[in-house]
Amino acid sequence: MREKSWREIPIGGMIEDAGNADTYETGSWRTYRPIWDAEKCIHCLACWIACPDSAIQLKDGKMVGIDYSHCKGCGICAFECPDKIAALEMKLETEVND
Amino acid sequence: MADMLEIRWHGRGGQGAKTASLLLAEAAAMEGKYSQGFPDYGPERMGAPMRGFNRISEEPIRLHCAIYSPKIVVVLDDTLISTADIASGLPDDGIIIVNTLKKPAEIRAELGLEGRMIYTVNATGIAIDEIGRPIPNSPMLGALVKVSPFLPLESVIEQIKKKFSHGFRPEVLEGNVRAINRAYEEVTSE
Amino acid sequence: MARRLTLSGNDAAAEAMRQIDPDVVTCFPITPQTELMHKFAEFVADGEVKAEMVLVESEHSAMSAAVGAASAGARVMTATAANGLALMWEIVYIAASNRLPIVMPVVNRALSGPINIHCDHSDTMGCRDTGWIQLYSENAQEVYDNVLQAIRIAENPDVLLPVMVTFDGFIISHTVEVLDALEDKDARGWIGDYKSTYSLLNTDEPATFGPLDLQDYYFEHKRQQIEGMNNATAVIKSVGEAYGKLSGRAYGMTENYKTDDADYVVIALGSTCGTAKVVVDEMRAEGKRVGLLKLRSFRPFPHAEIVAGLASAKAVAVLDRSVSFGAPGGPVHKEILAALNGTGHTTSIVNYLYGLGGRDISTTHIRTVFEELETVAGKSIPADEVRFIGLRG
Repeated sequence: MREKSWREIPIGGMIEDAGNADTYETGSWRTYRPIWDAEKCIHCLACWIACPDSAIQLKDGKMVGIDYSHCKGCGICAFECPDKIAALEMKLETEVND
Repeated sequence: MADMLEIRWHGRGGQGAKTASLLLAEAAAMEGKYSQGFPDYGPERMGAPMRGFNRISEEPIRLHCAIYSPKIVVVLDDTLISTADIASGLPDDGIIIVNTLKKPAEIRAELGLEGRMIYTVNATGIAIDEIGRPIPNSPMLGALVKVSPFLPLESVIEQIKKKFSHGFRPEVLEGNVRAINRAYEEVTSE
Repeated sequence: MARRLTLSGNDAAAEAMRQIDPDVVTCFPITPQTELMHKFAEFVADGEVKAEMVLVESEHSAMSAAVGAASAGARVMTATAANGLALMWEIVYIAASNRLPIVMPVVNRALSGPINIHCDHSDTMGCRDTGWIQLYSENAQEVYDNVLQAIRIAENPDVLLPVMVTFDGFIISHTVEVLDALEDKDARGWIGDYKSTYSLLNTDEPATFGPLDLQDYYFEHKRQQIEGMNNATAVIKSVGEAYGKLSGRAYGMTENYKTDDADYVVIALGSTCGTAKVVVDEMRAEGKRVGLLKLRSFRPFPHAEIVAGLASAKAVAVLDRSVSFGAPGGPVHKEILAALNGTGHTTSIVNYLYGLGGRDISTTHIRTVFEELETVAGKSIPADEVRFIGLRG
């Protein structure tokens, strides 16, 4: 992205498009990838509450997947997933290889 | 600025020297003159010697330094005669007005002063009689404009009325007006 | 129609604030500013203004609340002095960096310690690089006029910077004197309405305020601030001119008082300028060609007016009412030297330090300065030579 000159940007450090973190993709930062098992998931949403990147995707109050374009692979979701359920598993990106 | 009148007030904290100087500035402005009123600010305490100042002129006043050579010195408390440097900077034709029971000649002797004109008035006595409190500043304003008629008595009284029109009982206002009038009549020269 | 008033400098500032009736006024008391906010609080209590007055627990909070309210799009004022300004410090920068047109009377008082409540310029000179515009006032009239003009300057879209209106503690803040004020309707018309570019409360156009700004853009935002400050020079002049048409009292970046043919010029700020004008008039009457260059705007610094005002001067005295410890000369002196650098000036310039902690400067002092200037004309004065006025040897 071309960095703009001082004449082209809003004053005072204002960022005029609110919520623009959505356009900033951090998925490439990942070393580990969370793999979700829809069969095991009980939709307690502990992962959704804890995810620092809002990468747990919901529909009608139920988990439907992971936003890999923003997930940084921190592993918090897998940690928070109840041990007895273990619907989220962290795997090395190099092993997933899609 | 030769026509500018400079006045110094000597009092003790609580006697109203500051109020008197501010009131006089407002009264002079009401008469269409230019004026300043300002006290010496320090750690003010009841009873501590303090001073107030006035400049009054027909022209806008640009000076914002201290007053060193006032034409008139007003002393609100005669116990200051021996402790404060009352006559400091006072020119030969200067005027001293003292709130005291003493006669001007006695004050002159106490000050060991030659020249200048000395006036006295029992402003505290007048204040106790008329206002019921020993605050001598209002009557001293009356004495001041009698001795040096740079303002009509009426405009000082008008200003007092303005000052005491909010939050004071009517007796306080009337007492102050009587006190000013009495001091105006009773101030005596040598 | 003017209204003739007899007010202290503090009450003159409060009177201007009454007419401005800002949306929000944040307040924490400090001598010698307290009476200003005391007076404004009376206006609030009496229902004469609609302003939301926010009483906070420190000056840091006063400026923080001002920044918050201004970010929400409000017209905001506060006021302070000395140590209060020092405690605001961190947020003072943020107000300027976020381009919030807050207007703040600052009653000049010596910074502690030792503790002193009287006038010098150490407080506002200390924050001359915060990005605030600084207008210094000579008397109560100028306090009133500068506060009214500050709103228009700060809110100008080419500027959008906060403004400090400074005046000397006690000497001006607590001296009652005569001034002319505008009628309320004229003042309201002059001030007009304020519509902020951004507002925290505008949920239709949400935006991010005060974000992290690292190596990639911080420098660009500082460059914009420089531009805003540069633009302020023309705006201060045009606002001063327009105010002159309205009130009969026009203002510029400086007041060059009898400097046109002056051999000897004193440069000063604040209340000292009034006293110096009296001395200039006295000495002019004696046939001496002397003048005063009064700096009204210190930020932005009035380079062009200074060069013009000193064109005929053989010797110049720069009066500093604050110390820049370890520097060659006081803050005003250094900037005068910088302004003249490269202009081919050969004027002898002497730095005087005076009035710290409220020490009086009399007409006699200023006359002595002019007399000393006569003896230094043509001589080269080392930049780090400082003379003292009214200091016991």
